[in-house]
Amino acid sequence: MERVGALRTCLIVDDSRVIRKVARRILEDLDFEIAEAADGMEALAWCRAAMPDVILLDWNMPVMTGIDFLRQLRKEPGGGEPRVVFCTVENSVENIRAALDAGASEYIMKPFDGDIIEAKFAQAGLL
Amino acid sequence: MKREDLELIVALCRNRAGLKIDIEKTYLIESRLAPLARRDGFGSIPDMIAALRDKREDKLAWAIVEAMTLNETAFYRDPEVFSFLTAEALPHLARRRAPTAAPLRVWSAGCATGQELYSLAMQIDAVRGALGGVQVELYGSDLSERCMEKAQTGLYTQFEVQRGLPIRQLVDYFEKQEEMWLMSPRIRQMARWRRINLLADLTPLGQFDMILCRNVVSQMDETSKVRVLEGLAPRLAPDGLLILGAQEIAATSAEPYLPLAGRPGLYSRNPAYRAAA
Repeated sequence: MERVGALRTCLIVDDSRVIRKVARRILEDLDFEIAEAADGMEALAWCRAAMPDVILLDWNMPVMTGIDFLRQLRKEPGGGEPRVVFCTVENSVENIRAALDAGASEYIMKPFDGDIIEAKFAQAGLL
Repeated sequence: MKREDLELIVALCRNRAGLKIDIEKTYLIESRLAPLARRDGFGSIPDMIAALRDKREDKLAWAIVEAMTLNETAFYRDPEVFSFLTAEALPHLARRRAPTAAPLRVWSAGCATGQELYSLAMQIDAVRGALGGVQVELYGSDLSERCMEKAQTGLYTQFEVQRGLPIRQLVDYFEKQEEMWLMSPRIRQMARWRRINLLADLTPLGQFDMILCRNVVSQMDETSKVRVLEGLAPRLAPDGLLILGAQEIAATSAEPYLPLAGRPGLYSRNPAYRAAA
């Protein structure tokens, strides 16, 4: 992930190409430089190459789930730095607590729109 | 809609609630009235207005005024206001009230579905220690009976809890009920709700240490705005705080308030106005 000027980087991790496309459009409008990964393992590879500033993270994905990715990320060198915002249909209190305990900053329950992403990123101090 | 029907709606909203409705915005008026017409079993908006003319039912008239009111709200709308209120204003007022053991009384006037008052309640719950044991009484009011019913239940949609509410507070203060989120009884018990028309005589309400009336008077015509702001002034304790929307200005011909420097939308009572009153 190449940094351009002062743009902050956001890694979108979701196995749905449509969701990645929608989220990319919203986050590019918020001045983020975007990278995409389709599962947790691919996301880890991105992070090992260059830690993003923010990660927008789905929960249910093949190969490695979002929560497993987050727990692994926090053990990686520099892996404590990125702010992680979950974006998932998993909206039980237990799931949300598990995400917060694993180090997530915010949590978006799908379906989402641009206003919700903007509000949540603002709450997480990302805007 | 026919012009005479539009004129009737505009006059009804102005006379009953001081609402400023642009008669040229036909689409806006129709889009707000259509759900009410459907809900109350009318075939169309003209049918509903015909019933209003024929029967002159007070209930239907108020339902139309309520439908025309903009009930836009969110948890922690303008978060810096809440930070200031809980970190500075409330502890300051609590220290002043401590010797008399009087509770702090806070009123969210025109609070729509209650997110503003619940935001404050959660903040107060978190900083209770900073208030030195001084009790806080929270009151919410709105013109809309339906809004008050919703606020009272404390039940919000997923969309509503994602607008402004930090996720940590969602899991700490809400319980999930199917696809909705229910405010915890502990927070709900902190607030009391009541339908109030701000154009009515507000004297029986007593005095408040803090009145939040955000993004309410901006919906009103100039005469009603002045009337509401002048009506609220005696309801505010001499050292109390009026909180309007950041873009709203409390200046009236009688100037009952003084702006707080560097805090857009925040006002204290003008001692000179009090003396004159």
